[in-house]
Amino acid sequence: MSETLNLKLRIWRQPGPDAPGAFTEYDAPGIPTDASFLEMLDMVNERLIDKNEVPIEFPHDCREGICGTCGVMVNGQAHGHEKNTAVCQLHMRKFNDGDMIEIEPWRAAAFPVIRDLVVDRSALDRVIEAGGYIGVSTGNAPDANEILIPQEVAETSMDAAACIGCGACVAACPNSAGQLFTAAKLWHLNSLPQGQAERFRRTEAMVETMEEFFGSCTNHGECTEACPKGISQDFIAYMNRDYIKSKVYNRKLAGQKN
Amino acid sequence: MLPDSKVPEGPIEDRWDDHKFKMKLVNPANKRKFKVIVVGTGLAGASAAATMGELGYEVEAFTFHDTPRRAHSISAQGGINGAKNYQNDGDSIYRLFYDTVKGGDFRSREANVHRLAQVSVDIIDQCAAQGVPFAREYAGVLSNRSFGGAQVSRTFYARGQTGQQLLLGAYQAMMRQVKTGKVKLHTRMEMLDVVIKDGHAVGIVCRNLTTGEISSHSAHAVVLATGGYGNVFYLSTNAMSCNVTAAWRAHRRGAYFANPSFTQIHPTCIPASDEFQSKLTLMSESLRNDGRIWVPRNRDETRRAQDIPESDRNYFLEEKYPAFGNLVPRDVASRNAKTVVDAGFGVGPLKNGVYLDFADAIARSGRETIEAKYGNLFEMYERITGEDPYSVPMRIYPASHYTMGGLWVDYNLMTTIPGLYATGEANFSDHGANRLGASALMQGLADGYFVLPYTIGDYLADKLNTDPVDTGDDAFTQAEADVRDRIKAFLEIKGTKSPDYFHRELGKLVWDHIGMARNKNGLEKAIGEIRALREEFHNDVRVLGTAETLNQSLEKAGRIADFFELAELMAHDALDRQESCGAHFREEHVLDDGEAKRDDVNFQNVSAWEWHDHDTRQSKHVEQLEFEYVIPSTRSYK
Repeated sequence: MSETLNLKLRIWRQPGPDAPGAFTEYDAPGIPTDASFLEMLDMVNERLIDKNEVPIEFPHDCREGICGTCGVMVNGQAHGHEKNTAVCQLHMRKFNDGDMIEIEPWRAAAFPVIRDLVVDRSALDRVIEAGGYIGVSTGNAPDANEILIPQEVAETSMDAAACIGCGACVAACPNSAGQLFTAAKLWHLNSLPQGQAERFRRTEAMVETMEEFFGSCTNHGECTEACPKGISQDFIAYMNRDYIKSKVYNRKLAGQKN
Repeated sequence: MLPDSKVPEGPIEDRWDDHKFKMKLVNPANKRKFKVIVVGTGLAGASAAATMGELGYEVEAFTFHDTPRRAHSISAQGGINGAKNYQNDGDSIYRLFYDTVKGGDFRSREANVHRLAQVSVDIIDQCAAQGVPFAREYAGVLSNRSFGGAQVSRTFYARGQTGQQLLLGAYQAMMRQVKTGKVKLHTRMEMLDVVIKDGHAVGIVCRNLTTGEISSHSAHAVVLATGGYGNVFYLSTNAMSCNVTAAWRAHRRGAYFANPSFTQIHPTCIPASDEFQSKLTLMSESLRNDGRIWVPRNRDETRRAQDIPESDRNYFLEEKYPAFGNLVPRDVASRNAKTVVDAGFGVGPLKNGVYLDFADAIARSGRETIEAKYGNLFEMYERITGEDPYSVPMRIYPASHYTMGGLWVDYNLMTTIPGLYATGEANFSDHGANRLGASALMQGLADGYFVLPYTIGDYLADKLNTDPVDTGDDAFTQAEADVRDRIKAFLEIKGTKSPDYFHRELGKLVWDHIGMARNKNGLEKAIGEIRALREEFHNDVRVLGTAETLNQSLEKAGRIADFFELAELMAHDALDRQESCGAHFREEHVLDDGEAKRDDVNFQNVSAWEWHDHDTRQSKHVEQLEFEYVIPSTRSYK
């Protein structure tokens, strides 16, 4: 049996998108150190139900750090203090007996609160919809080995593609910028030979859609620090370079009308 | 009566091509006149929605997640099979077909499996073209690894995140169609009923999970790509929200449910650490390539694992299966672990695991080699358990992972309800009684990219110039009323126990009696206990809050109610199938050496169950299976 902790929690409760929210304090005694952070919240909820109190809504699904559903601010840090770790993989042994833990939803204008700790992140889908794909319809593909991709290129592309779309980068950013998310998808696709035909069209469309929803990047680097997959801020530089180029490439050629 | 399975005749290599030629077509200009609903946006759903949108159909895609990219396909680690023979090691479409039929222990349709192997090749091409960052060699060609149940290297992978990358590929392809307006995406919408009119599926009823609004949606055809039911075990490697509701609602409206007792238990998961445990985490099967599985010979062993001398260790797989050793198939590895744990030899604080030991591998190849191969898995293990697997052996135990059973479908992937299709893990069709590694991703994408978009035209062609049924029709209003009543009932029970309590208790019953090993007494006992617990659930569950906001307890209650009914059917199916095959192991049906004893004379078939009503047991229909190419033999791994 694992050891247990007695904790105090301050949790953001908000009944609905338009209702005001506030912190509520809860005692959480006897939390096993082997429990994950979300299992701790499960236990708190079970106890609330026992007392006939409405449980806390929090986002979660795979609990393996890959689906990107979960994400809350833990003591002001997106996904908590453990580096490269989504909050579902954060375990209670990383806390101490007697700790006060403050739990809030992602805070960003682009992510309105739905209820308690659950927010609406559909703005991220809008960015992908704008151009986050390679436009090859089913059946159009050549033999997979006809497209040779040097290992280093495939690996760097994969580093960017590892993004789980949780939105921690936005939540951690003082400007609520969506640069790391957008740049990761752009570098995944723009670095590959298959992605070249649409490269500049994609970049322009995704960046400008991103700007409709999110704040501006001022290079704080909080995004990379908070990212559960450790996605590098360097991709933002690549995105900015491609965006400037896109403004030249995407101009109509001389002699074309409009 | 089961409808015709529509399996084509002729040489196996030609069946799919002949069938495609014979099916009716919808001409490109007419496709926009048809509306198709796709429920679920995992690999099977997103790929189908994208492809049908590209073809010109009007598609409406529904997911209960906040975005399609959350679907549980994303958690698949290892890879996807494709019979490319890039390694020049003798692979072929026929060999993949052969391995899959044999791996399924001769309980799948040959024609379906051959088609799967055929299109596996196109899937790899399609995914590479979409920009899925598969692992590459220095020269830029694709890398492969080998996987359980195969003697060739045909598994394509993207680090340990193959499912994620394939799902993102399908999701992005679908979002491209959302942009063009061909696919209309509905997120946070849970399907709670299928609507049937004149025997045909004409639409669905959904609940908006944010506002609680109930709405009807009509179409010319409905596709369920809603995944498997492994969460009936409560503790499983499935994501928390995976459930059987969509498939079960369809079952209750007339779709037959096939082979419900065929559920796969994966041998290498991290054992539960306490009662509060909410889910189990899978560690890739590839660990068995280098790790040695053992338990102490002494039940009361108190020494640390590393201090126990060789003479006091029981390497039970290596001793029993010298030829395959630690690499026996999933079902065999799982059952043997259960046997030693049940006998009191389990390790760890709860004595509920077996050791998976890398000490020899580290001594032989060096820590760096092991780290390069499995570093991310070791890190994940350390994060969850707080133990360092480089110095202390891992503890593992089997867990529910995948369900081979599902809605019965014909060769066209249509259920017994005309116009209702089931794809991916939601159907029963391709894996028989046991699924081989790296085949789930393959099947989801095969159905969505390359099978359904063709076969659905055969049904739609006859409906040209007919409108979808109006959502004001009685069939819709009645279904909506049923859904509202169910929701209201859960909120009005005002009992004393949480939905999770009932799910946990149900899971224990299913695990103990309908898990890795089953017997008549246990199954009969389980049926009685499941019924009693279900009764208690409907009288004593406590669902707080209202139906008009996000309410995860309410969502859970509905899903658990359906799990109860499914669990009972699983027990009936397991009781009825008086043989051992693949993942279904009946303790009464074993060979002299204790291995599974298949009964091909009486059970070379698919059981397909028909719903009647609450008080009448489902009745069974049988689809006989024919094996013309892969001749049934006893699997032996000794």
